Amino acid sequence: MKRKDKAMSREQMLGTAYAGPMGVWFTLFFTIPLGIIILYSFLKRGLYGGVEWKFSLLAYKQMFNPSFAKVLVRTLWISVVSTVICILLALPAGYAMAKSKHQTLLLFLIIIPFWTNSLIRIYAWISILSSEGFLNNVLIGLHLIKEPLHMIYNNGSVILVLVYMYLPFAILPLFTTIDKFDFSLLDAARDLGATKLEAINLVMIPNIKSGISTAIIFTFIPIFGAYTVPLLVGGKESTMIGNIIVDQVSKTRNWPLASAFSIVLTVISLIGVFWMLNTGRHEKLAQSKNSATSQSELESSVADHHMRNKSEESK
Amino acid sequence: MQRKLNGVEVTIKNVSRTYGDFKALDDVSIQIHQGEFFSLLGPSGCGKTTLLRILAGFDFPDNGEVLFDGKDVLPLAPNQRQSNTVFQTYALFPHLSVYENIAFPLRLKKIGHNQIDKQVREYVHLVQLDQHIDKKPSMLSGGQKQRVAIARALINQPRVLLLDEPLSALDAKLRQSLLIDLDNLHDQVGITFIYVTHDQSEALSVSDRIAVMNQGRVLQIGNPYEIYEAPSTRFVARFIGETNYFDCTVLSCEKEGDEYMCTVDVPDLATQVKVTDYDSQPVGSHLAFTVRPEKVRITSEPPETHSGKTVNSFQGMVEEPVYSGFQSKFFVRLDIGEHPMIKVFKQHTAFLDDGPEIEWKDHVYVNWTAADGYLIKDLDK
Repeated sequence: MKRKDKAMSREQMLGTAYAGPMGVWFTLFFTIPLGIIILYSFLKRGLYGGVEWKFSLLAYKQMFNPSFAKVLVRTLWISVVSTVICILLALPAGYAMAKSKHQTLLLFLIIIPFWTNSLIRIYAWISILSSEGFLNNVLIGLHLIKEPLHMIYNNGSVILVLVYMYLPFAILPLFTTIDKFDFSLLDAARDLGATKLEAINLVMIPNIKSGISTAIIFTFIPIFGAYTVPLLVGGKESTMIGNIIVDQVSKTRNWPLASAFSIVLTVISLIGVFWMLNTGRHEKLAQSKNSATSQSELESSVADHHMRNKSEESK
Repeated sequence: MQRKLNGVEVTIKNVSRTYGDFKALDDVSIQIHQGEFFSLLGPSGCGKTTLLRILAGFDFPDNGEVLFDGKDVLPLAPNQRQSNTVFQTYALFPHLSVYENIAFPLRLKKIGHNQIDKQVREYVHLVQLDQHIDKKPSMLSGGQKQRVAIARALINQPRVLLLDEPLSALDAKLRQSLLIDLDNLHDQVGITFIYVTHDQSEALSVSDRIAVMNQGRVLQIGNPYEIYEAPSTRFVARFIGETNYFDCTVLSCEKEGDEYMCTVDVPDLATQVKVTDYDSQPVGSHLAFTVRPEKVRITSEPPETHSGKTVNSFQGMVEEPVYSGFQSKFFVRLDIGEHPMIKVFKQHTAFLDDGPEIEWKDHVYVNWTAADGYLIKDLDK
């Protein structure tokens, strides 16, 4: 008995030891900085950046400035629209990949863009979309237009490039869940009277929910905090929260306000993560119930059998 | 409680289907009667599932026709056909309860809630799942899942039910009882059942008629007796049940009453064997004859002579006795010719009264009447 206890505690100690390096890393570079940000948001701003060590709620009051509210609303709608477009594009793409014989090749193709620095890829879009850019030149060359179109430095180009940047993060989780989906369920639905669309809506979508919520989180959170894309391809009216934070840190030097915005960003993202964990947990619960019931299942079926015998006897 | 419906007559005419170079179906023609329990029996890869998928509308033939009650159904999508399928893997919707799985086809039809509820409960009762109505499929046992799949397929009141190896994932005991349930269900609902299986005992025990398939072709269609007792091809004889199979050459055929008594030469036995048949066989033709192991008698003592019956008698040594409860199997090495092995089943009718036990290395007498030997005419298929 004692020996067993000793073994147990040794195992536990080993477990703690394995988690140690990661714990130290996260404490040093994640938890402590997060604490500092929270702390700063409740302090007075220093004149040349930094903070004065005096408690203040001024940063949170400043956030209710209408111009900031406008940016917050804009950030929300741009993020929602980009995320929805990502999901709508990723669903058929994930489906096609799951059905394809060349899955490895397609996965490879999706990962290739990550080999190039994201800044370079954004600049590539500038050279495609700008008034002297590739697309305008082609359209003028084909005599489809006379004057170059304004395709860049507006919210449309921000959404376009955001979708381009984060589409792979939507495709990958959707592909993995669709790949696990039992396609004979679609046959069954069709057989039972569903049209193709009904089969997908009523049977496929509910069964790949976890993939959809993961894809939403993976795209929405980084888009919500986007900074370089609106900076490089956005116009005056495309500023997002990420840009405000940078401005407050580097130009206006209002560190408490930058911290307060960071906290808003984190809180909204956290809500998303909890929502995702919640849908995931429901599914896991259903699964674990399944394995746990085999014994009670057996008992109930035996009871069932006896009941049936009895009712037959009474007849 | 269950309204009796009319099944459809299913006509399959010259249906072929190829995948690349592989001929999944090769000019298949089958006529399935109204309300029949019809089985498609064959080893895996014989094309039976492809044929079922064509009937359901999930696959299309390269050429040929499929008619339900004389009407061409090939242009119809699966949801427009009067057929429903019970899938091999059940294909229950994991996100829906037993109740909602069974209600699924009705919900699509946009019927009133009360009517849906009444019908669902009726079918849940039909398959005896009343206690499990709110459970998710993942909480059910294999047999229960199968019954949900059957109820879900029947609630649409199809005119033909297509069953794709519905019992193959279940254990033997459960398979037997579900098979009987299925047979009773067929009697209750009265529609046409088309049952795909690779298990000959399943097919023999429930079917009105069976089509034996191999390599995309239909080899023989007949009722279970015909398939078992009168296999028409080499493959059918060997696939259905166990048998003793010998190549032979016809030496002569003489009329004896309604039948012909043929003497055939069996190279493996280096002797002649008498076989009866309904037709005279051309002398010199190369055929094969089979005799089922349960029709061969085995004795330790020389058998009494049977009056009036032609008997083929041989001697040999028991190479391998296999006791299996209700019967024993003996593999007997014959003393003659190439010393072929012959299989004999001996039924144990009464405990200790069967006579002296036959044991390993015993010298035995085996014999069968000429009428129990059966000539196979088509050796190519």
